[in-house]
Amino acid sequence: MAEHNDIDQVTGTSTTGHQWDGIKELNTPLPRWWVITFYITIVWAFGYWMVYPAWPLLTSHTTGLFGYSTRADVAVELANLEKIRGDKMVKLGAAPLAEIVKDPALLALARASGKTVFGDNCAPCHGSGGAGAKGYPNLNDDEWLWGGSLDQILKTIQFGIRSGHAKSHESAMLAFGKEGVLKKDQVVTVANYVRSLAGLPTAKGYNAAEGGKIFAENCAACHGDVGKGNQELGAPDLTDKIWLYGSDEAMLIETIANGRAGVMPAWVERLDPSTVKALAVYVHSLGGGK
Amino acid sequence: MNKSAPIELQNDDDGPLYVAQKKVYPQSVKGTFRRIKWGLMAFCLGVYYLLPFVRWNRGLGAPDQAVLVDLPNSRFYFFFIELWPQEVYYFTGLLIVAALTLFLMNSVGGRIWCGYLCPQTVWTDLFYAVERWVEGDRRERMRKEAARGTMKLQRFAEITLKHSIWLMIAWWTGGAWVLYFNDAPTLVMQLVTFQAPMLAYIWIAILTATTYVLAGFMREQVCVYMCPWPRIQAALTDEWALNVTYKYDRGEKRTSLKKANELRAAGETAGDCIDCFQCVAVCPTGIDIRDGSQLDCIQCGLCIDACDTVMTKIGRETRLIGYDNDVNIHRRQAGKPPIYRIVRPRTVVYSTLIAGVGAIMLYALMTRSLLDINVLHDRNPVAVRLSDGSIRNAYTVRLLNKRGFDRVIAIDIDGPVNATIHVIGADSVTPDRPMIVLGRDQTTELRVLVTAPAENNREKSIPVRFRVTDIGLGEVTSATDNFVSP
Repeated sequence: MAEHNDIDQVTGTSTTGHQWDGIKELNTPLPRWWVITFYITIVWAFGYWMVYPAWPLLTSHTTGLFGYSTRADVAVELANLEKIRGDKMVKLGAAPLAEIVKDPALLALARASGKTVFGDNCAPCHGSGGAGAKGYPNLNDDEWLWGGSLDQILKTIQFGIRSGHAKSHESAMLAFGKEGVLKKDQVVTVANYVRSLAGLPTAKGYNAAEGGKIFAENCAACHGDVGKGNQELGAPDLTDKIWLYGSDEAMLIETIANGRAGVMPAWVERLDPSTVKALAVYVHSLGGGK
Repeated sequence: MNKSAPIELQNDDDGPLYVAQKKVYPQSVKGTFRRIKWGLMAFCLGVYYLLPFVRWNRGLGAPDQAVLVDLPNSRFYFFFIELWPQEVYYFTGLLIVAALTLFLMNSVGGRIWCGYLCPQTVWTDLFYAVERWVEGDRRERMRKEAARGTMKLQRFAEITLKHSIWLMIAWWTGGAWVLYFNDAPTLVMQLVTFQAPMLAYIWIAILTATTYVLAGFMREQVCVYMCPWPRIQAALTDEWALNVTYKYDRGEKRTSLKKANELRAAGETAGDCIDCFQCVAVCPTGIDIRDGSQLDCIQCGLCIDACDTVMTKIGRETRLIGYDNDVNIHRRQAGKPPIYRIVRPRTVVYSTLIAGVGAIMLYALMTRSLLDINVLHDRNPVAVRLSDGSIRNAYTVRLLNKRGFDRVIAIDIDGPVNATIHVIGADSVTPDRPMIVLGRDQTTELRVLVTAPAENNREKSIPVRFRVTDIGLGEVTSATDNFVSP
């Protein structure tokens, strides 16, 4: 080992005194300003510990001198937001639905608010634009199983369909085939009859009179004598161009044989009244509202 | 312990890679260019400080400040012009014109911008004036600076006074800046009563700091090291551009007054430059113009004034230093009369471009629509089939009313056969032809449904034009989108 403070000949800098195979390490200390800054940050950290929440305790944490909390900041921000929105949302909650759609400001608020809520709660089934999917109605069109007026939409959103809520829409499309009400060939016949109601082509050799008879005995009670449907029972119109599950023969046979019982949850207890109202106005404004 | 043999290294040290600042003590000077500079300084600072207080009536509800950047409401007001955020391309045009004007200035008269108009020059000049007023002229300042170690109370008071005035000017600079972003009289009251928004104080502090540092301390170093313009302008100048030039054909050989007189009496030649170094003493960037055109020279013309003063005093022709170029120096050396050529391909091209861009901007400004429409087709669902088989498309329509009053508009559509239009929220008032009230100076967003029978519109996509008509003024604007079948 060389003695300390050995000065390197070439650079004039002192070395650390260590030597490896004749190679010495220059002792180039960190710049003083850097070191001082580093010490200041350490001192600063002590201050930080005291001023801000820093140390976890067994069940809580140190709160710091001024009791600063980001959670409290968020609460303040939210309270401010509530204050800004407050009047308007109260107004929205108080106004009748028919008034909301006539007032441009309220309509805009309801649509904006409804759109967000729709995205959070409805989009998983009905799609982000309310376009629906097989079994989930398209909310942009003009066919409504349970009615498309503002009040009817509001009721459906509030209490749902087969949701288990006391005020829920209730009805059932029976599984005519599975439960033995209709035989297999009868199901095929009535499926073709339903297609004929909508003006769709039917299978060769299908017995129209037999189909009409089966329909009158089994289906007309809910869907009406000519298949125009009944919104009181959520029975769809079978004569139009909109089919929730599809209109081809195989799909109709499956529907008639196994029944359908789509479920929509009740939202009345999950969303506040003005939000549900905003949602109803939004869905109505998608285009299909009556 | 095996000591290594010392390695022989050649000393390549060429000195440090940067030069320590050589402090400049510009001497006061009188003359034509100094007067021009005072005038332009008064004008530039006057405009900067007073413009926010100029009023411009825009009618009820609109701000009455002539020049205002209204950030919260996203509006820019400039006298009779009101710009919306989507019209920032006017600023692009303005910047293009500004750049081309710099080029033109440069090809005509050198760094006119640097020498007379640049904020860095104007504020530095102002700060130098303050420094001279408090501490005295060049020699005095140099002497006081040299005696720094033995600071007397009076010197301390001087320095304090100087920095106080500097900070005051800097503070006013920052203070005027924020006035462009708020109603000036209101903000001034708020600032005086400490009621102004925090942001105003922060910006004043920032601009106070930058002004103080840039004009008080960094000065010519900004021009020499920070600014890209000196580098660019070297590429823009040519042999015809008039630059502040030492006419060496006349000045060389530099000879003292007495010696020159002796030489001339003996029939020999002697230059007009008497090597008095006045041009160097007054230079705000501390250079010697006699070294020729150089990056550090901001071409403020003060050396011209200094030299003219000396030449007048010794009874020689003035403008030994003046706006000139190499072509004329060579011509004079060859015994030919100097020629000046302002109209050259370069200046013609710049002028034409300025006129062209200016005309385009003016045309765009005159014909800009005060009623605009933007249409966005619904993406999900793209098209909806209704129970009777007809097709419906939904659109988000945004209408822009750039006028200062409310107006009623009607929307019509052309395109799909037998199509009907339906605006959410507007049907109850006017079911046949949707009419909407557009609030003044704002945008209105509408959900518009277009429905058409499928049998008349078999194509996958049909162009649909939304026509907006102002019922009162008859102004019409339109936008086109597509009507899509599922």
